[in-house]
Amino acid sequence: MASESRNTAVLGQTFITGLWKENPVFRLLLGMCPTLAVTAAVKPALTMGCSVIFVLLCSNIVVSLMRKLLKPHLRILMFTLTISTFVTICDLFLRAFVPEMSERLGPYVPLIIVNCIIICRAEACASKNNLIVSIVDAIGMGLGFTMTLCVLAAVRELLATGKIFELSVMPQAFVPWAAMSMPVGAFITLGLMLGLVNTITKKKA
Amino acid sequence: MDTLTILLLGFVSIVLINNLVFTKFLGICPYLGVSGRIDMAFGMGLAVTFVVTLSGTLTWLIDHLILMKAGLEVTRYVCFILVIAGAVQLVEMYLRKFFPSLYESFGIFLPLITTNCAILGLCLFINLWEIDNLLEAVVLSFGAGIGFTMAICIMAGIRENLNLADVPKCLKGAPITLITAGLLTLAFMGFAGMIR
Repeated sequence: MASESRNTAVLGQTFITGLWKENPVFRLLLGMCPTLAVTAAVKPALTMGCSVIFVLLCSNIVVSLMRKLLKPHLRILMFTLTISTFVTICDLFLRAFVPEMSERLGPYVPLIIVNCIIICRAEACASKNNLIVSIVDAIGMGLGFTMTLCVLAAVRELLATGKIFELSVMPQAFVPWAAMSMPVGAFITLGLMLGLVNTITKKKA
Repeated sequence: MDTLTILLLGFVSIVLINNLVFTKFLGICPYLGVSGRIDMAFGMGLAVTFVVTLSGTLTWLIDHLILMKAGLEVTRYVCFILVIAGAVQLVEMYLRKFFPSLYESFGIFLPLITTNCAILGLCLFINLWEIDNLLEAVVLSFGAGIGFTMAICIMAGIRENLNLADVPKCLKGAPITLITAGLLTLAFMGFAGMIR
């Protein structure tokens, strides 16, 4: 009984770690390309986040199941092949059910293959731990990533168009900053956010 | 327009106007990770240029000669990533044999070229833009590599000077690098609309 409750505590810890302490974007600086590219509005950011959760979960499960068969020098190749299979599934799914989102995200859906977060988790967690830990870790990391994307996208969409989720929230007098929806806005918003996160964590410590 | 003009325009546009780093956010990880020193950045740029030219050409050939003829477009991503991983392996073996010192200084970043989004991204963009001419695909891939090298070298130059600047404490490290990248992007937006 005691070991069971300890196990739950460890799992909870793994889950929380992904959300904040090792948040993939803010703390590990992984997966920057999609973070910057799809966050011009909240909707594509949410779609991207969900796709990443799906791929991360599936690839962590498969890698964790075959962790005893992995050969050191072929490891990365096995990971990328597993991931690209699931990304193909995800891409076909998006194209069939949400075609307009699929068109908007364009090549950034297949680019999930080379998203560092997924390979990093396969290497650092799934290839060393059992199935349950890997699943919890994947969900935690995936949610952390999605959350970050949505926060960044919300800030950018609000400033660029005065809307969130395509609903107007700003007063009429608000002048949209077109620059926020361009690459410049992405880089600078993320830079300032990282600064904010640094300040918060320093105060805590 | 004759072929030469098209090729030249394509090259200029992918180096300056549609630069993968500044407008498509591809290859940001090495762009932020390896841009600490200018010589490392230049070496990384050259390695990426080589891999991207090789894999851009090979994926175009495979896509047009095998996958499209056989109706196997579903396996496109798997094939592309295999080609890229193979090309990176080739570069790694070559460097280890002939330039051991350079190989040592790259360390972990060399195998990570496989997961450089710029390379897979370019292969996908060539497919998306429906380039149906081998020569154009080669020129575009080479131009993408040159564009990446240029971006990473500019960044490394700025960051070497940034070490001496007085940056607010909470912005030290990654945040100020991102803001610098943002300003660079703004500068490169001046080229937008030059062609097409």
